[in-house]
Formats: sequence, C-alpha cells, structure tokens
Amino acid sequence: MNRLTLNPDMPKRTDIHSILIIGSGPIVIGQACEFDYAGAQACKVLRREGYRIILVNSNPATIMTDPEFADVTYIEPLTVELIEKIIAKERPDALLPTVGAQTALNLATALEEQGILKQYGVQLIGANVRAIKLAEDRQLFKEAMEAHGLKCPQGATVGSVDEALALVGINTGALPGDSPFLRAQFSTLNFPVLIRPSFTLGGSGGGVAHSEAELREKCARGLRESPVGQVLVEQSVLGWKEYELEVMRDYKDNFVVVCSIENLDPMGVHTGDSITIAPAMTLTDKELQRLRDMAKIVMRAVGVETGGSNVQFAVNPDNGEALVIEMNPRVSRSSALASKATGFPIAKIAALLAVGYSLDEIPNDITKKTPASFEPSLDYVVVKVPRWAFEKFPGADPTLGPQMKSVGEVMAIGRTFKEALNKAVQGLEIGKIGIAGAGVGEPASESAIEAQIATPTAQRLFQVFDALRCGLSPERVHAATKYDPWFIEQFCQMIETERALAQHTLDSLPRELLLQAKQEGFGDAYIAKLLKPGAAGAASWLQVRAKRRQLGILPSFYRVDTCAAEFESSTPYLYSNYDGFDESEPQFQKPKIIILGGGPNRIGQGIEFDYCCVHACYALRDLGFETIMINCNPETVSTDYDTADRLYFEPLTLEHVLNVWESESGIAGEGAQRSSPRCLTPVLVQFGGQTPLNLAQALKDYGVPIWGTSPDAIALAEDRQKFAEVLRELDIPQPENGTAMSLDEARRVAAQIGYPVLVRPSYVLGGRAMGIVYGEEELQEYIEEATRVSPDAPVLIDRYLEDSFELDVDAVADGERVVIGGIMEQIEEAGVHSGDSACMMPPLKVSEYHLNIIRDYTERIGLRLGVKGLMNVQFAIKDEIVYVLEVNPRASRTTPFVSKATGVPLAKIAARIAAGQTLEAIGFLDEPKLDGFFVKEVVLPFNKFPSAFYQLGPEMRSTGEVMGHASTFGHAYAKAELGAGERLPSSGRVLLSVNDNDKPNIIKIARDLHRMGFELLGTRGTAEFLNRFGVPVVAVNKVSEGSPHVVDYIRRGEVHMVISTPLGQRAYTDGQAIRAAAIQHRVLLLTTLSAASAAVQAIRAMRAKDFKVRSLQAHHGITSRP
Amino acid sequence: MWHRRTTTPPPALLALEDGTCWPGVGFGKIGETTGEVVFNTSMTGYQEIITDPSYYGQIVVMTAPQIGNVGTNPDDDESHRAWVAGFAVRELSPIASNYRSRKPLDEYLNDHGVVGIMGLSTRALVKHIRESGAMRGAISSVNTDPARLIEMARAGRDMNGADLAREVTCDEPYRWVEGVDAQWYVEPTARPPDDPSAVQPHIVAFDFGVKRNILRLLASRGCRITVVPATTTAEEVLAMQPDGVFLSNGPGDPAACTYAIETTRRLLGRTPIFGICLGHQILGLALGGRTYKMKFGHRGGNQPVRANGRVEISSHNHGFAVHADSLPPDVEITHVNLNDGCVEGLRVPSRNAFSVQYHPEASPGPHDASYLFDQFIQAVRAHAQSASKDCAQG
Repeated sequence: MNRLTLNPDMPKRTDIHSILIIGSGPIVIGQACEFDYAGAQACKVLRREGYRIILVNSNPATIMTDPEFADVTYIEPLTVELIEKIIAKERPDALLPTVGAQTALNLATALEEQGILKQYGVQLIGANVRAIKLAEDRQLFKEAMEAHGLKCPQGATVGSVDEALALVGINTGALPGDSPFLRAQFSTLNFPVLIRPSFTLGGSGGGVAHSEAELREKCARGLRESPVGQVLVEQSVLGWKEYELEVMRDYKDNFVVVCSIENLDPMGVHTGDSITIAPAMTLTDKELQRLRDMAKIVMRAVGVETGGSNVQFAVNPDNGEALVIEMNPRVSRSSALASKATGFPIAKIAALLAVGYSLDEIPNDITKKTPASFEPSLDYVVVKVPRWAFEKFPGADPTLGPQMKSVGEVMAIGRTFKEALNKAVQGLEIGKIGIAGAGVGEPASESAIEAQIATPTAQRLFQVFDALRCGLSPERVHAATKYDPWFIEQFCQMIETERALAQHTLDSLPRELLLQAKQEGFGDAYIAKLLKPGAAGAASWLQVRAKRRQLGILPSFYRVDTCAAEFESSTPYLYSNYDGFDESEPQFQKPKIIILGGGPNRIGQGIEFDYCCVHACYALRDLGFETIMINCNPETVSTDYDTADRLYFEPLTLEHVLNVWESESGIAGEGAQRSSPRCLTPVLVQFGGQTPLNLAQALKDYGVPIWGTSPDAIALAEDRQKFAEVLRELDIPQPENGTAMSLDEARRVAAQIGYPVLVRPSYVLGGRAMGIVYGEEELQEYIEEATRVSPDAPVLIDRYLEDSFELDVDAVADGERVVIGGIMEQIEEAGVHSGDSACMMPPLKVSEYHLNIIRDYTERIGLRLGVKGLMNVQFAIKDEIVYVLEVNPRASRTTPFVSKATGVPLAKIAARIAAGQTLEAIGFLDEPKLDGFFVKEVVLPFNKFPSAFYQLGPEMRSTGEVMGHASTFGHAYAKAELGAGERLPSSGRVLLSVNDNDKPNIIKIARDLHRMGFELLGTRGTAEFLNRFGVPVVAVNKVSEGSPHVVDYIRRGEVHMVISTPLGQRAYTDGQAIRAAAIQHRVLLLTTLSAASAAVQAIRAMRAKDFKVRSLQAHHGITSRP
Repeated sequence: MWHRRTTTPPPALLALEDGTCWPGVGFGKIGETTGEVVFNTSMTGYQEIITDPSYYGQIVVMTAPQIGNVGTNPDDDESHRAWVAGFAVRELSPIASNYRSRKPLDEYLNDHGVVGIMGLSTRALVKHIRESGAMRGAISSVNTDPARLIEMARAGRDMNGADLAREVTCDEPYRWVEGVDAQWYVEPTARPPDDPSAVQPHIVAFDFGVKRNILRLLASRGCRITVVPATTTAEEVLAMQPDGVFLSNGPGDPAACTYAIETTRRLLGRTPIFGICLGHQILGLALGGRTYKMKFGHRGGNQPVRANGRVEISSHNHGFAVHADSLPPDVEITHVNLNDGCVEGLRVPSRNAFSVQYHPEASPGPHDASYLFDQFIQAVRAHAQSASKDCAQG
C-alpha cells in the first residue's frame, strides 16, 4: 500500500491564513516542558501546512520560541494586554489555545470575554469558550455530566468557608437561615472531603480535609488560589481506583482513545504525583469499554468539537462503579505521557484537527501506512514515576494529595510492569540502583509499617517494598495503600527474584535466574548488590555485566509502533528488554552520534538542558550525522520521536547507555566472543546537564569516545583543589577556599578562611544542600547534609563574598579560541543562587574595565581547560576585584536565554565544535552585540509549599524562568516580572520591613516610591529609621504586637507590594510571617534591595510609557520564510 | 485473590509448520494441541476471546504482554465453553484481581481443557506471523521434542476449505431471552426500547458459532429470538415465520459452508437479513461474491472502519474476507477498513440484507458500531409493518 500523506486537496481550512499560538509560560509545578513539546509540535505541523504562525510565550528556554519554529515569535508576558498588542500588530485570523496548558485556555477565555477576539476578527480554533468554561467550572461540569446520565462525586461549589462548613453539617450562622444553599446542601457530605479550586493548574490549592479545622484552612486557601474565588467541596472517593483516558475527537464526530492510564496510587493523590501505568492493567474489557463510552459522552457534553482531551475517572474497586472526576479540553501532561507511551502524537494531530482535518485524513506517523483514526495497541507496559524536590523546601508538607507537588518525572518502557517499574526507578537519579530500601530505618512494628504506607509520600513505593520484604502480608499492604492487588502481586514477584538472587554468588548464579532478573528489569548494579559475596568478595556491576554477556544475555531493542507489531513501522523509537529478537537495526554507513539527555526534570536541571540537547540534535543532523537520543523524560522535546533520527527511551544509567552504545557500535558477545566494534559511536555529554556529565568518565574508561570537552577537563573544573591550582597558575583570583572530607577538616578550613563561608557538596547541580554558614554551630548541620547528598565526594568550603555582585558568562570554545556568548549581571546580590536570581543583559552596573577582565579570564580559563563546546563561568566583583566562583564546561541553565537575547544558537555551535568544526569555520568569532535590555526572572514554587520557609539562598529553588525585553531596563524588568506572574503596582501601598544591614540602602528606594505617590507602611524599626530621614512611613504593628498588624494589612488586600529582607540564615522572624502572608495572598514580594531598586526603576518606566511588543525575528533581523 | 498455583509449570513448546520453534512454559491444561496460529491485538477481553466460537481451531497469541490480571467471571463468557485450540501469552498473572473474578485464568483454562503456553517472545512470534502469514502450529507441555511437534503442526487441519461452523453450532433450536447487562452500557442507543409494549419482532438467528453478546443486544432491543443450528434449511426457517434472519459469526472457511450459502440465497428477499463476520461472508457468497483467505487476518479491538463518512473503531476477528470486485453491481460496499482497504460491510437494498465483517457486538472491543443492531431492528419492523399491511390488503 502507498504511504499516506496529507493530501493537499483535503479539506484543510483555507479561510484562515495566520494562527496565533499561546504557549504555557514559565515552568511551574503542574505545568512543565510537556507544553513545549506540545506547542513545538503544533507550530511545526501548522507551519508545514502553510499557515503563518504567530507564537507568544514568555519562556525563553523553550524550543517552540526558537525563531525557526514560527513566522513571528514573541517572548512577552502572557497577559491579556500584551497579547492584545500582539493581535493588534499581527492581526491573526485564528487563535489556537489548546497547546499552552490552562494558561492559554484562561487567556483565550479572557480575550473572548473582553471582546478582543471579536474586535480584531480572530476566530478561536481547537476549543470554544463554552467548552473551556464547562470543563473548568466544577459546578457547571457536574451539572453537564448529570444531564448526560454520568455520575460525578457528590459535592457542591462554594464561594465561602461558611458554605463549605454547611455542606458537612456545620452551621456557622453566617448564612441566612432561609438561604437556598443552606436548605439544599446542608449536611450533604461527610468527612473526609476533597477541596478543589476552580480554574487552577495542577490542582493548585486543593486538599483533603478530615476535620472542621482542616476544612476551614484548606477551603480558605482554595478560595484564594482560585481566580474566580470558588472551590468545589466534594465527597472524597479516597481509595477508589483512578484512571485516565486520553481521547481525541474530530469535527466528523470520530472519536478515538489514544491511551488508557491507570494510577497505582488510588484517588486522593494528584495524577501528576501518582505512579501511573499505561495501558490500564486491572480492568476487564466491560469496564474499560464503559469508561470509553463515558469519555465519549463527556467530550460531547462539554462540547469539545475537535482536539484532544483528558478524562479522569474514579472506579470503585468493590463494585466497579465509575464516576467522572474531571476533564481537560486541551493537551495536558497526561497527553504528553500518552503520546510518548503510544507513539501517537496527540498535540500534532490536535493542531491538524483544529484546522479542519479529520482523523482519517491524517496518516499515522509511525506506520506511515495506516491513518490516525485508530486506537494504539500496546504490546509493552509503560510506567511513569514522579520526582519530587521536598529536600529543597524544609517545612513543606511531604504528604501527597490533590495538589501536585512533583517537579519532574521519568517514564520507562518494558515488556512487563515489573521491567518498566524497575527501569523507571533506575532512571529517577535519586541514588537508587533498584527498588531498594526506603532508607528511613526499619519501623518497629507491623502496625507502624502499615501506618507509614497508608500515607502517600514520595517514599511510599520504597516503603511498600520494605513492608513486603519484612513480611507484611500482601492483604495488609493492600488494605493500607489501596494499591490494586495485582500490582502488589507484581511487587511480590520482584521480591521473590531478589531473594532467589541473594542465594547465589556471581559464580553460582544460574543463567535462567539471571535472565529472569533482567527480564524483570533488575539493573546489573542491583543484582551485584543482591548477590552473596564470593571468594573474591562482593561482585561489581561490571562483573555482573561481563558474566551476563558471556552467558549471551544481551538486551534486545523493540520498537514502539502503535500497533503491537500488526504493521511494519518505520520509526526507530526503541526500548530495551530481554526477550530476544532485537529490532533495532543499527546502520553502519553514515556517521552517527549519541546525545545523552538530561533525565527527569528537577530543580536545577530542567527544560534548559533539554533545549540544548535538541539543538545539538538539529545541528548534528544538519552536518550529516545520524543522531541518536537517549533520554527517559516523557515531558521533553528531545524524546519526541522525530527530534533525533533514533530515539532510545532508556534510563540514563551507565548500564543502559552502554547497552545502546554497544548495540549502535555493532559490538556483540563478551570475553573471547566479543566482536570488534563496527564503529565507535561517539557520545555527547555536555548538553544534558549534570546527568550525562556524571557518566562521562566511566564511559570514557569503558572505551566510549566522548566528543567535545574531554572528561578530564570536566573533572579538572569540578575538582576544587585542582581547579584552584589552575587559577593560581593563571593568576586569577578566587575566593579563598578549601575542601574537606570530614567535619573536623571542615572546621579547620572554615576557621582558616574566616566566616561567613559557603558550604556545598561537589558534583551536584542547582546548589543542592548549599548554604551560607555564619558560625561553627551551623557548620556541622551543613556538612552532614552535604555528605548525605553527595556521599563520597568532598565538601567544598569557600569564603562568602558579602555585598559583592555576581555575573554569569556563557561562552563557547574550540580549544583554540574562546568566544563569549553573553555576560549577565545578577540582579539579586551574591549569595542567591544564580538559578534563582533575576539577571540582565547587558550588565548595567559593571564598568567596561571589569567586563574586559571578565572576558580575559573567561578566555584564559577556556583555553587552559581545553574546553570544546559550551562553558559557563560565574564571577563575583567585590571591592573592585573580579573573582572566579566556578566554571562549568558544559551547557548552562542560561544558554537558551543568551541564545534568545543574542540570536546566536550557542548550543548548536557547541555541537558543531564537538563534531570537529572550529569557531573560525563556523564563523562565530565575536561576542554578539545586544539591542536593548533582556531580563530573565525566575518563578518560585513557594505557593505550592505554603508551610515551607521562604528565602532565597545559595540553594536553587526556582522551577522556571521568563524573559522580558525592551529598550529600557525598567520596561524589560517590568515585563519580566509580569511574565513571572508578578504585577508591579503603579500606585497604592508598599510595606517595608528590612533588616538593619539593609536600612541605609532602603532610603533611596523609599524616597523614590514616596515621590511616585505610593503610601508607605513599615514595621516599627524600618518606619522609625525612614522617618528620621524625612521619608513619611506609617508604622504598623508586628504580629506579636497585636492587631491590626502587618499580616492583617496583607490579608485584607490593603498592601500592593512588600519589601521584606530576611536577616541571616534560617532565622524565624516576624519577617517570615510577612513573607508567607504575601505569598499566600499573592502580593508582590521583594526580598532583596537590589530587586526592590530594580522594581522602582520598572515602576517608573511603566508610569512613563506603555509596553511595546517586538518579535524575535524583528529583533534579530530574521526574515521569515526565505 | 492471593491464591497462586504452587506447582512448577512444565516446559512447553510451540512449533510452527514452517519449522520455527518457540519455547515457553505450560499453563492451563498440561497437554498438547494443534491449531492455526493467529494473533490478537486487544489489550483487554481475553475471556471473551477464549470463549468466542470463531476461534475454534485456532491457537491465539495475545500481543498484550500481561494476561490474566482480572481473572475470569461467569458473565464475560461469550458461549458455554472455551473454543480456542490453544492460548499463548508473554506472561500470565498468577492472581486474579477484580471484584467480578471467580477463577484465575490458569484454572479456568485448565477446567476448559485449553493448553496454554507462556514466557515466549510474543512480539517476535507476532512479527513472524505477520511476515509469513497465519500458519498451523502445535503446542505441547508434555513432550517438547521439536521435530515431533513440527510434524504435529503440519498434520493439523488447514483452515482453507474447513467447514467449522457445523462443528460449533448448537444441536437443536432454542429460545434466547437474556438482554445485555445495562450497567455496561451508558450510551442510550444500547438501552432497551422505551415502549415495552411494542410488538416484539421474531428473529431467527443462525448459530455458526454465535457470540452471546449479539443475542443479548438483539434481545435488549425487544426481539424474540430463536437460535437455530447452522444446517437449518430455508424452509424450516420460513416455517418459523421470522420477521428477520440473523447470520452469525463463526469459525472456518465460509466457502465450505455450502449449505448455509444455499439457505441464505433462498432467504434473500424473503425477510430482512443481517450478517456478522462469517455471516457476512456467507451473505457475500450467497450474493454471488467470492471470499479469500487473508495473510494473517484482523484480530483486535482497534481497527478503523469507514462507514457513512465516519470512522468506527471496531472489534475484529476474521481470517477470510469478501472480494470487493466479485460482488454484483446491486451490492453496495458500505464499510471499508482504513488500514488495508478490505471490505468490512455490504448492503443489498433490493433484497433488504446487510452485513458487516467485523463485530458490532464488541465484547471485547469498542461499542462504536452498535447502531447496526438498531438498523436491523428498523428494517425488521418496517418489513413486518409492510407485511401485515400486505396481509390486510390481501
């Protein structure tokens, strides 16, 4: 049969020519880079269809905002007023809001309701406002479901805490006795109840209440979080099984279920925080088809005429009763997962449906021969495991619930659930080589274990395994967790395999048992750990690997083909297993290269690194290489099967990477039978962040060619002592520093350097466990934490340069030459992790003299280390001296920001250098000039962790970033703040509460605010201080001084901006209460004076002149469509 | 629920007539079997598949790797027994987890005498069948000598020319009254008619291997149903005064069912006819068309079929199909498979007959095509009305 291609005569809409696509903005918990994947797909396919694409997204670290993905790209704040400006300028015919998460849907609704779409004649495609509102307004949704004969959990929408209390039979007296609400709804629910705010992302502000106190607290928070001040209070179906269907519908009413997803964690845990499995494993066909029929009705009832949606169900395990929980009329996190799990590109097809195609007119990308109007059949099992970052938020509640808290996820594919789960855990990079102990000590009694596993936390999977290992019966594990018994049985099988392995030494290990363990996904390292030590001691993972290969137990790679092998597939989307009959068919004619991805998103390593990996792919493909991607993060563009030529969806462990490498290099057998490689496939490690970097040395030792900067140079930059020597040799100043392997040593080093010191473990990203230590008592605490985070690595101790300011340089080098990509000045003062600090290009406060020193140092360090590719150098300037803080010879978090600001694709250049080209050949010889100001601002997740301690520090905590650009710094900063969701007030009241160190510097800020007409409030000390200098500030009570106090003002919405600088490390002061209240009540909060002074400039600029928008293409003089 | 079989499963082997051998371990009945090896891509519904008479004489390989998870229950049987000649899976669940389950699959297959094999590389086997075509095979979990099993496979029955409907059909006519269990149908089309007092049309349903869900869907639409053996003659059927005749699904080569083709030819035009699967092929043959054996057939729950300008996701189980160009000009091809262009449905308005190659009764599979039952009932009612009018006028 012929290949199916989109037929140009087919009924694509010709009445529209240009389409505006809204992206999802900065990465936040619940809305991550899966929307870059979705948006990039939509841009690509619609552009290919000949539409003019106008894209707006505030997030510069996205692939979709690369200028070649759209005809016109705006990196601007996602607000109605700025999008209106873009619409006015570009006059799009249509707006596609379904690939930019809830952000885009909410904006589309607002644009429609404010008449802006109508005014400019813009059609909404892919969704309609009625459907968006119906799906999001929980009460309307419930009514629509019931009208169509579907059941939802009992519950009601409330607008106040009093109404919520009435639902559970508590009359506060605040509602009039004859209130219809009271009459209809009084005492209709029992505890526990679920609180779900309307129109929020990732279940933000949701919770479970078991008591009146909890209901009061959680309902109040939900009401605040909801942009419409409404929450749904619902009968809890805790413990029911949770399922999702990813479905698509076209205008002909064709309907397909792309994927069914089962949650291991039952109802009560947000699906983003659940371990999920595709396809559903524990439903009979009768039950599954009923859910399918229900989903079809939901689509119709909500009025989704074309596109993809996600429908969530609760199923009672005792009688099969099925309830509709919610639906998202757009591509979602789950649809990204479903796309990766099945090979069915939901976002791409949704975009085609939006412009008038029907499912049967679109070819299936993978088979090329069959249409997209089918339901993928999986002959493998997919498991997703979330990754959390609680360790970064001391004080945060680690219990999982209806509000999503995870920051990333891994997906793994296996022939069985066991294999996929084991692979997923290995891919998590949380120091687990298998589903080994939770590491929280053995609980004392069975009932203690039961209590522990009854609470969903990040540790629960590991605790459940431990419970079963300790002999807790599967029945009791089921009773405590409500995991479906089938999954628990699978766990038991895995534990049996562990026990069988533990009976053997490496020498006595039978082939069948080793094969079984591999088929169940056990890593070689975990097998080595489980085996009894032999005569020669404990086995190493390399010995297990060698034995396995000698026994001929080699991985085979199967293809994800959407059709369970029914049809031939042409797309090399591969996963490993041990069933034999390899399908990978590597080629050996064309040069090839392996690019290692970044693994699961986490704070400190996210979309920026995926962006770099994707760029490396594109650049090397253009050079004629066959590109091979290895990654396990389903949210990414790098794991889109059409990004690289070949995609291996595998954990980024040494074992799995070597397996791919050997297969791609044509190496078979082991020992005497080991065949010589047919090619030595080179591997790139500098683009995926710390993950691949950590593998570099071992890969090299194994004989894998590492292209680009050598692992030795990487190690040299990472090794503090050696690096200090290098700087000494180059005569470049560095803050005094030392390394310590023990607490005693640390004390000695710190005393020598003098407090305050900066303490951190080596080989970690994002400043994990990094802190500023002011004295010896604190030191112990930090050293302990540091050694826990990075066990065998030394602890680094540096002098902390107080009151310095920091700069970041991104550069590329080819071994002969170093060219600077961009110099960024941090807006927050030193001590705040560069990943958490706003920064700007070009630098504003630094003299050209110092910039030249910085350039000189960068060049000399790059040449000395022999960097071939990207490098990032952090500098601090204190008392006119430029210090080098650290050097990272790899892609950095700021690479995409610099590339967007300068128009120079640094990561692509670096990839070409790694492949052997010189900067001269590439033609990149000079530091790019900038036109205007570019500000990067970060987004912090504190609103998701209301009880966590709010403070910026040397440990990175932000999840995402935005860019603002304009011709003045003030406007650029204001845009960046707006993009980050912080609206700078142009008038109103400002609350000031600063520590003594900051008092001298607050005077100018306060005076400026006063002159612009702001009314100033202050805590007593700050107010008295400023009054003395003639700035009128009204003193208000601290919390301890009684009402009305500062927090009351914030709570009542009487304050529009808060400037509150913390004192010292971890000090619980009144300031903490102020900051917590500001976050809770969404009042703009500035915690550093440098940020405050930037804000003042921004406010002044905003008052002087309105924002202007400018596309990247216009900015960089790129003409679209050559 | 946590009960697990404690005996160690014996080694087993599946041998194909082309000489390839696929080792695994035995489950279900420990013994030997032969059959045509086919694969099914449904991810759910193994119990319905095992008890579907259309699989008579076939060893079914499931592409979904983990099978048996939800056990078996009395309600999901599609007939009174298991019909598959053998059952091959990547991994069998040792426990059954579902509130309706009464028996783990292993025990169920053992009770029904079905030989199972697990632990083989099902994906590689499926690819082999896809490339080489469906072929005969033999499984043994008692004697795994490859040469012997290959011979056994080669000695197995060839599906071409096999009249299997005669072997699976009922012995005597019987009444069917049970409708569908309403809890599984949320869409209004599948619910019983609003007016229970409406005249109940009498449907004579040929049992070539009929699935219960077909009969249930007809019963739920208010039909009186008489199920008759495959070899029932046209005269016998007409003597029952049917308002409509249904030709069921079933196993084997349709061309071998000469008696049924002849009967259908005689019934054409006398009463509305609806055929499914084998019944569709028999209708096609009765209309003068030809059928052919497909390379490996369609078996699964995800096949796109275009009809009336829309796509139905449908449940399939067929190894034969009707040649499009063999049909006379008054036959309309109403349903086409979008994957391979194969004929999936036809209609002869002049003779008041229509049929589909796939399974609108689903079970297992999506319910997208259940409208066909309504269409049949409409035709039957219209026919009955005009007949009674004719009577009155006569």
